[in-house]
Amino acid sequence: MSEAAGHALQIRGLTKRYGDFTAVDSVSLDIERGEFLTLLGPSGSGKTTILMAVAGFVLPNEGSILLDGNDITALPPERRNFGMVFQGYALFPHMSVAENVAFPLRVRGLSRAARDEKVRAALDLVQLSSFAERLPRQLSGGQQQRVALARALVFDPALLLLDEPLSALDKKLRAELQEELKSLHRRVGRTFINVTHDQEEALSLSDRIAILNHGRLIQHGPAAFLYENPRTRFVADFLGKSNFIQANITRREDHHVILRVGDTELRQYAMAIPGNTETVLLSLRPERIRLLKPGEGAENEVEAHIRSWSYLGSGFSIVAGLAGIGDIRVNAPANHAHEALRDGAPIRLGWDADAAKPVQEDT
Amino acid sequence: MRRASFGWWLLILPAFLLLLGFYVAPIVKVLLISFTDPEPGLQNYERLFTSASVQRVILTTLRICLITTALALLLGYALAYAITKASPQAKRWWLLAVLVPLWISVLVRAFAWVTLLRRQGLVNNTLMEIGIIQEPLQLVWNELGIIIGMVHYMVPFAVLPMLASMQEIDPRLLAAARGLGASRREVFLRVFLPLSKPGVIAAAVLVFIFSLGFYITPAILGGGKTLMVAEWISLQILDLIRWGLGTMMATMLVLTILVTLAIFSRLVNLKRVFGMGG
Repeated sequence: MSEAAGHALQIRGLTKRYGDFTAVDSVSLDIERGEFLTLLGPSGSGKTTILMAVAGFVLPNEGSILLDGNDITALPPERRNFGMVFQGYALFPHMSVAENVAFPLRVRGLSRAARDEKVRAALDLVQLSSFAERLPRQLSGGQQQRVALARALVFDPALLLLDEPLSALDKKLRAELQEELKSLHRRVGRTFINVTHDQEEALSLSDRIAILNHGRLIQHGPAAFLYENPRTRFVADFLGKSNFIQANITRREDHHVILRVGDTELRQYAMAIPGNTETVLLSLRPERIRLLKPGEGAENEVEAHIRSWSYLGSGFSIVAGLAGIGDIRVNAPANHAHEALRDGAPIRLGWDADAAKPVQEDT
Repeated sequence: MRRASFGWWLLILPAFLLLLGFYVAPIVKVLLISFTDPEPGLQNYERLFTSASVQRVILTTLRICLITTALALLLGYALAYAITKASPQAKRWWLLAVLVPLWISVLVRAFAWVTLLRRQGLVNNTLMEIGIIQEPLQLVWNELGIIIGMVHYMVPFAVLPMLASMQEIDPRLLAAARGLGASRREVFLRVFLPLSKPGVIAAAVLVFIFSLGFYITPAILGGGKTLMVAEWISLQILDLIRWGLGTMMATMLVLTILVTLAIFSRLVNLKRVFGMGG
């Protein structure tokens, strides 16, 4: 409910090596009170290792973890008071739903009466009160996930850690539980740290996303900011889909640079393009490209032909071939006259000067 | 479906008939002697209630078997736990160490224990040299000797079912318990121990049943002074030629084993314990 309920976490220069393999490479990240932060990355990116270090299951080789300014790097997991939802939920199969939720209270030595009251409140929170006496295996995947959440929240933890909480569920249920998780976060007002490889989940859930690759923190920021302003090719490619255009700078005007790719000339806002470079890598989102009607103009106009297209219900996904640039993916809204969409048909594509973003090549 | 499964039954019919004709039938025939020898009637079974020596043998056997089971479970649990937590490489060596004794003849092992435990044996000599004891301890040719030998024999049988059960426990459950605030001790008591219970029960039943009919180990390490059921039966039949009494005790032994199994099958899924899946 209140901001004060959350706790702030600082990760400082965290490094974890397994033999020659560096799982996490000096990652520093501040997580604010009450924030919903997602660690996003492909498998092997080190996101789970970071979460496990925060939880206390992994002792880092270097760096430290601070909770509200106190170093907790070497504190054993049971003394951190963090709630955790494990991948696959890790519900105790020999205990009923109520006993599972009561477990953290029981090991903290709460009286039976106090336990019962908190368990009831926690099960109410996830709308599972009528399932209290069931065993975990008698519940659906979504219900198990909610029991795991209730169990992780029942003891008023300083942080809630979620390890791929929705990955075991089917797509529709996942969307439902995303909503629920978001509303739960608003209601309990605690700091949530989520780990996922699913970029859609990350975008829809999080206040802030930290993107990791090969153990390094590549970029972090609010979801919309990251999507619109990817710093590197990896971020642009991993968070949503993107086209990449390698272009040469031919001249600079007031606020624009004029770029050349093959025979095509492009106009691009000069912002974020360093003054001393001669080439630039642009990331261009498929939904920022328009199919131009006859006579319609745009700041950037290119001639292309349709290589393939598919109908998605909400729109069309078109792969267009551009002379000198290569293939480009375009998302067109469904209201477009699709009788014009034939393989090999010529089309004109257009985008604004601020549609593409300069990104760095991955190091 | 019905016809297909009938076909499968036909396949095992020869083995079934062989077992019935050459194993079950002779046993039943021998056990039936308890009702006919020396004369028809239940007088052999009367001895269960009237004869102090019969009762003493039964009580001794039960006591030794219960103690053996308890000790084998305790040692076996610790071993199985250590093996579960060991690295995959260490695990192989541990398993080998557990299994090797099984390949050594029970006779050899019993005599080896005698050598170790007798009055001038290695154990007594060492203890006296160190000066811990003045007089040799009576370690063998009594109940203690029998229990030492039997526990040694039974530990692998206790380890294997418990190990199977422990390896099925998801390590994430243990991590989850710690993450939720449980100390290592509480994780063990509230999560690991309850989840390993099926293995413990299976091991208990296996060891107990196995112990009931033990013959060679108690015969050698008991030195004829402490009699267990199997040795007593052999004594009745081979030395005293009292077939009726001997087969009565054999019948009781078979019954006890069947009853134990029946109770056990109510507690846990037998098929799973003996590795048949399902």
